Amino acid sequence: MSRKISMKQAINEALDLEMRRDPTVIVMGEDIVGGTGAQGEEDAWGGVLGVTKGLYAKHGDRLMDTPLSESAYIGAAIGAAACGLRPVAELMFLDFMGVCFDQIFNQAAKFRYMFGGKAETPVVIRGMVGAGFRAAAQHSQMLTPLFTHIPGLKVVCPSNAYDAKGLLIQSIRDNDPVIFCEHKNLYGLECEVPAESYAIPFGEANVLRDGDDVTIVSYGLTVHRAMEAATALAKDGTEAEVIDLRTLSPIDWDTIIESVERTGRLVVVDEAHPRCNLATDIAAFVGQNAFGALKAGIQMVTAPHTPVPFAPSLEDLYVPSADSIAGAVRRTLSPKGARSIAA
Amino acid sequence: MAQNPFPLGKDELLKAYRTMRTIREFEERLHVDFAKGDIPGFVHLYAGEEACATGIMMHLNDNDRIASTHRGHGHCIAKGVDVHAMMAEIYGRSTGACRGKGGSMHIADLSKGMMGANGILGAGAPLICGAALAAKVRGDRGVGITFVGDGASNQGTFLESLNLAAVWNLPVVFVVENNGYAESTAMEWAVSCDSYVDRATGFGMPGVTVDGTDFFAVYEAAGEIIRRARDGGGPALLECNMVRFYGHFEGDAQTYRAKGELEAIRASRDCLTILSERVIEAGVIGRDELQTIDREVNALIEDAVRAAKDAPLPVAEDLLRDVYVSY
Repeated sequence: MSRKISMKQAINEALDLEMRRDPTVIVMGEDIVGGTGAQGEEDAWGGVLGVTKGLYAKHGDRLMDTPLSESAYIGAAIGAAACGLRPVAELMFLDFMGVCFDQIFNQAAKFRYMFGGKAETPVVIRGMVGAGFRAAAQHSQMLTPLFTHIPGLKVVCPSNAYDAKGLLIQSIRDNDPVIFCEHKNLYGLECEVPAESYAIPFGEANVLRDGDDVTIVSYGLTVHRAMEAATALAKDGTEAEVIDLRTLSPIDWDTIIESVERTGRLVVVDEAHPRCNLATDIAAFVGQNAFGALKAGIQMVTAPHTPVPFAPSLEDLYVPSADSIAGAVRRTLSPKGARSIAA
Repeated sequence: MAQNPFPLGKDELLKAYRTMRTIREFEERLHVDFAKGDIPGFVHLYAGEEACATGIMMHLNDNDRIASTHRGHGHCIAKGVDVHAMMAEIYGRSTGACRGKGGSMHIADLSKGMMGANGILGAGAPLICGAALAAKVRGDRGVGITFVGDGASNQGTFLESLNLAAVWNLPVVFVVENNGYAESTAMEWAVSCDSYVDRATGFGMPGVTVDGTDFFAVYEAAGEIIRRARDGGGPALLECNMVRFYGHFEGDAQTYRAKGELEAIRASRDCLTILSERVIEAGVIGRDELQTIDREVNALIEDAVRAAKDAPLPVAEDLLRDVYVSY
């Protein structure tokens, strides 16, 4: 049975289904139940934006509120994973990685390699990413490149409810540490989602739109901006292929290369800062492996090299827009764009 | 044979002595071989601190987890990690406990409940909270022990973990191995409280300070708080005051120490001498029995070094192996 639900509901459903299926799955985080130890309602919050609401009633103590103490509980989730549980730890805003990153990148990410292949750390660290929520510089970042850089971590960033459910279920079943990035401005977005359980494999991009003139690659919120741009470009007769990466580590190089070899043009869209991000990574890979196919210089559309601003008038300029993506596509199509590669 | 006045039987006492002697011999040998240039990287020796690891680990089984430190060889040996595999690891060989990928600072053996030495100071405390949580969820009566030095006792991870363990009532024992120095910096200067018992109290858990050079003092104090944790009584802190016979790392000239300090602690605070004299004086164990163990341990370490030197090095294909379970 399929019905329309939001990405927030899809995440809740994935957690519920996996907790039903596997008694070793536990969920922990700050206020994921809410009101623990207080005098008011039980399950008062269900997470700061209500993503885990209702799970406490179904699974009781397997939902664990934590003290405000990210290093301790993210590390505890990792330690528990190394000892046979499958914890899902909510970091609320992934910006908070700053206070617990050691546990993620020096511990969880390295155990398997550092211990000679004898450790498994099936932990999921999920949290919100992305701008557009008027949450300012410390609650809005797209820090996906920092996680993607680290060997040993897998990085997932769904763009819709269907993918969020299937990818979260895969993340929980996966035997490596997974950073699950939820764009907060997509939480309310609805699409058709099957009620039953299903897993989407990692490393398989989703081609959202076929096109032969240009390839647009993105992930998360900006996938939707890329689709808007593609729709606008189609009116001028330009057919863009839009690829939603879904997982950043592993990444589906084959789908990107196959598409670029057909279209000859590449626009990479990343909500992260412009240096050392997914856009530069993909541009470099395509430049190295499909240079001969390129008819124009690769265009990158990213957030600027600034913190995320608070004022709505500035934040709206910060996130890559459909117009800026369409503009980048047009540059790859212009004679100047083509010359830039010939030169 | 005299009546045994100790809390352990003769076999257990011999086992404790053998463990401590194995750690000592392992570390003394590394000290020599490192100076010869045989061993790559950093090595931090546990010599002088053997009573702490041994006195605690005598209460544990393979189902109990420990999180160690950069100075982890003693914890590994006392937790039952194979000495040959450890030596091979330190020599960077493919037969090592971590197939040569970890080295001295990352020896682990999860099958023995040894969750790893750790190059990040204080990082083991959150991890052991997770291990203890897993034991609690499973209801298997397992406990978790995390070791920190006096230096890492100032880390946020350690202090946060004290609170988390207390709030979640986890079966964790936090062991502060106070050897007086965080690298070269004196504990008296760097730690703001006079006693770690005060810190424990501040986090709502019992704290005990013992002479960490006295095996029996460690054994008895650890026994009580480990039993308590196992029975659901919650976390506790154990401070072991002890001495480090070598520098922070091998090659440390130890110019921060007072003149004569090293000679004095070797002469008066050697935990192996203290244990030996007590069991011999009590008439429970003969000197010859200990000497037999010494010879066996010497042979074991000699064989471990020989085997490590003969073992194959990891090869190019190992470089890319085991980053992920699947990718």
